[in-house]
Amino acid sequence: MKFLFFLLQMDRRIVFVLVALAVVAPLIMPLNLPIVVGDKVRRLYDAIDQLPARSRPVLVSVDYDPSTVPELQPMTLAVLRHCFSKEIPVIVTTMFPTGAGLARDAMETVAKEYPNLSYGTDYAYMGYKPGYSLVILGIGENFQATYPSDGYGTPSSKLPILKNVKNYDDIAIMVDFTASAAYEVWIMFAHQKYGCKVGAGVTAVMASDAYPYLNSGQLEGLLGGLSGAAEYEKLIGAPGTATIGMDAQSIAHILIIVLIILGNVAYFATRRHREPAQTATPQQGGSA
Amino acid sequence: MMRRQVPLLICFVAGIVMLSQNFIPPLTWVYQQALEWARIISAIALFIGLISLVRVHTMKLKRKAANYRYSYVTLFALCYMIIAGFLTKYGLFVKLHAGCDTGSAWEWIVTALEKALNFQEIFLNVQIPIQATMFSLLAFYIASAAFRAFKARTFEATLLLIAAMIVMLGRVPLGQMIPGVKEITVWILDVPNTAAKRGIMIGVGLGMASTSLKIMLGIERTYLGMKD
Repeated sequence: MKFLFFLLQMDRRIVFVLVALAVVAPLIMPLNLPIVVGDKVRRLYDAIDQLPARSRPVLVSVDYDPSTVPELQPMTLAVLRHCFSKEIPVIVTTMFPTGAGLARDAMETVAKEYPNLSYGTDYAYMGYKPGYSLVILGIGENFQATYPSDGYGTPSSKLPILKNVKNYDDIAIMVDFTASAAYEVWIMFAHQKYGCKVGAGVTAVMASDAYPYLNSGQLEGLLGGLSGAAEYEKLIGAPGTATIGMDAQSIAHILIIVLIILGNVAYFATRRHREPAQTATPQQGGSA
Repeated sequence: MMRRQVPLLICFVAGIVMLSQNFIPPLTWVYQQALEWARIISAIALFIGLISLVRVHTMKLKRKAANYRYSYVTLFALCYMIIAGFLTKYGLFVKLHAGCDTGSAWEWIVTALEKALNFQEIFLNVQIPIQATMFSLLAFYIASAAFRAFKARTFEATLLLIAAMIVMLGRVPLGQMIPGVKEITVWILDVPNTAAKRGIMIGVGLGMASTSLKIMLGIERTYLGMKD
């Protein structure tokens, strides 16, 4: 009983230490847990994988900011690696001002791994354009009018990759990586209005929101959180930071579940022994 | 009269024209023109945001408001990044390097300045770690909050708790090793979750359509600062 009361009044800093250990320990001593590829991730992989080399370009939009980099950057890198390895042309853009540096970094990181591919012919970085949904609509009307120059200032007319890109008809598929509802805007305008295929990579907390679009066929596929990124890394055979992070995430999830169970056991087992007022507010002792 | 009627008339005409261009092909040019205008306006909004930021922090400094010293940091960071952005964009350091003798003190100074004012490097090595760290702290608070507040007090809370635990298990490799967990997770996300989300989305969609219509017809006027 004493232990149960201790649990109820446990200092939150103990929880913080436990979470830190649960995250750090597997990173130091990897468990190499097996990654099972889900149907949603495979659908996006297949949609890209079936494109022939030198096909119509894939449009990748990096619509997130640095706060969600640990979750979303691995999936951006994985999709870019997939396209680069198959020599599928890629156009990288962003609708977020803070996404510009991330998009450029992701593209340059992967480009270094494929020196046989050249900028302007096999891939291009279009940078940030203000306007969000207006830019998405603008691409549907005239790509080069929406992006008169790339993210480095080179006129779009001088980039061979854009020579045949007039609008969404000339884009094989667009993949949006986001921690917001940005993918819904791509679905609403790029897919519904102009018929472009749309795939998405979102944070784990956002993934459940995207399921109706998957079932309706409006999304080609979905990468949900770090696990989605790890599954994609497995499919392309290039384990990265997402695969490494899955061990830590596994232990952290198990720890949270154990904490919830312990919290409930302590709460119900001690209910009779507590004062009525305490029963009403069991979680005294400060905020979360 | 003019303040009330003219904006309502503009809104009504713009709404009707943009709606009808979907059905009348000759009106497509209006849509294309409107896209151009709207993009220019949204770019101007960036400048307004910048001006507003500078004004708010300058006022804070003038009044010596609470925690005003942080405003120095904000304004300094803003100016620093603007300067770094322009210098990087227009290749000033490339030009300066071209005029340097190899191994000279001047080359050393230019290299040091180039590193200190490299926009992308500052972004990658300062902003990303700061923002990612702030967001990662959520994991600790979520764990603590779940432990303290996630109690099976009612039937609905119990249902939510069980579903949450299964989905948490089913999304990680360790949980997927338990037979049946992955399948139940997929079912929870595919069936009850999708059904609930669809209901909400259809409701929101109908609400958006009716509100748009009310704005176009001048029934909803709160965007003009009017109550009726």
